[in-house]
Amino acid sequence: MELLGLYHYWVFAILLMTGFYAVVAKLNLFKKLIGLSLFQAAVFLLYITMSKVDGGTAPIFSGAADAVFSNPLPQVLILTAIVVGISTTALGLGIVVRIKEEYGSIEEDEIQEIDRR
Amino acid sequence: MTVLVEILSWVLLTLGGISVLIGGIGALRMPDLYTRMHAASVTDSMGAMLVLGGIMLQAGWSLATIKLITILLFLLLTSPTSSNALASAALLAGTRPIAEAKQEPGEVQ
Amino acid sequence: MIVMFGIFLLTLLVITAIAIVRTSNLFVAVMLMGIASLLIAANFFILDAADVALTEAAVGAGISTVLFLSALALTSAQERSKSSRRLLSFTVVAVAALVLIYATFDKPRLGDPQAPAHTHVAPWYLENTPTYIDIPNVVTAVLGSFRGYDTLGEVFVVFTAGIGVLFLLGSGTAPGSLPRETRNEGLRHYLIPRVVGRLLIPFILLFGLYVQFHGEYGPGGGFQAGAIVTAAIILYALIEGERRALAALPQRWLLGLMAAGPLIYGAVGIAGIVLGGNFLDYSPLASDPVSGQHLGILLIEIGVGITVTGVLLSIFHAFAARGR
Repeated sequence: MELLGLYHYWVFAILLMTGFYAVVAKLNLFKKLIGLSLFQAAVFLLYITMSKVDGGTAPIFSGAADAVFSNPLPQVLILTAIVVGISTTALGLGIVVRIKEEYGSIEEDEIQEIDRR
Repeated sequence: MTVLVEILSWVLLTLGGISVLIGGIGALRMPDLYTRMHAASVTDSMGAMLVLGGIMLQAGWSLATIKLITILLFLLLTSPTSSNALASAALLAGTRPIAEAKQEPGEVQ
Repeated sequence: MIVMFGIFLLTLLVITAIAIVRTSNLFVAVMLMGIASLLIAANFFILDAADVALTEAAVGAGISTVLFLSALALTSAQERSKSSRRLLSFTVVAVAALVLIYATFDKPRLGDPQAPAHTHVAPWYLENTPTYIDIPNVVTAVLGSFRGYDTLGEVFVVFTAGIGVLFLLGSGTAPGSLPRETRNEGLRHYLIPRVVGRLLIPFILLFGLYVQFHGEYGPGGGFQAGAIVTAAIILYALIEGERRALAALPQRWLLGLMAAGPLIYGAVGIAGIVLGGNFLDYSPLASDPVSGQHLGILLIEIGVGITVTGVLLSIFHAFAARGR
């Protein structure tokens, strides 16, 4: 049974590194932004996995006398983080559009080539 | 909850799962975009109806059933619309169906 | 047993993530990103995070896909070049992944009630929410009242992103740059999407309002409601054309919404000071502390909802106008 919980953390590690690989190794700016989004999603998965309690339900009081609830604090944190993530992604997309207009390309090597000239 | 309702709900859920599987296999194996969309639409209609019907039988007469009926209505309204919009967009972009290409001019089947 | 279902979804998630990184067609990558967001939202629901699942589905799978596609329409859809320094990056990434996986063996078992995360402050919040705030949704209580200062910062981050994108791309409503009136704008000549869309938009708006005001009793709140209302208006803009969407909700209203949200939030905080408490203390707002908390949470959720709506819609209109 412990393996099931460990599997969640392994998926977190794989997702994190996949997003990080996209940010580091890909040259297309759009792909880097998508990789960043994937990285953030992996972190959300880690926190919510840590908030689960055995036999618990969502932390909403429903009138049952002694219900076990999952931890609400990581959920609050991740709620904020999701919205902040989409805000920064939107800003990053605005920057990518402007770079495309100014340089004519969103590939990093071409942009550095134009800058060098 | 009676045994009959429970068995019926499990039958519906299994049939729904099989429909989704058929839709998925069809979306992979079909030759071009339009036939793939046609196969995938099985998931939206039969799959959704059977699975939601099965869950409704599990929930019995409660508020959850009314919410599930609303979800089913919403799905039945929006999935065919999105398939239609997708097919229109594909036609507009110039993707021709394979069936059109197979008819040589002058040949009568 | 439902955790097995979660395992299946997580495997699909890993496959989707690897496909996102490996594909060179950016449109495919954006669509797969939407699928990955939905899989993550389903996983959040299995792990008992109902509010977070709703937010991830509405914001991650909904609005994020629209923003990515709008930006994609303005740039190229094909990733042209190959990766640089592939072997080095792959080695570093693989080593880091192995180190992380080795570290996971020390983590507490999934769901262990005695894990350190569950034994410090969390029981205090779960026990004292009925006493101090008395609303069923503990997540909204913590978000709105106990940790209200963090949410104030978040609203300001959303506001900053909005004005950042407006600075970068312009609002699209400069004189002479409004779209011309044509007969067939948007999807007006496609009958089926138009009819079904116009049928659905009132219900989507109603659902957005429901999610906004029921955030205290079930999953919901300002962020999800803002995303849902934005989705309804983006649907209207897609179907009827951008000119009519700007006529329905003009840019100056959107700027007003963007600014009014943090203003309402800050005003509630200052009202707490004026009426004798601390900053963002809702207890003096009404006759007794618990009603004051209810009123305070209601007002700040309204502030959050209108900020998110204004910002996301302004960003959408900014992207749409750039292509004209």
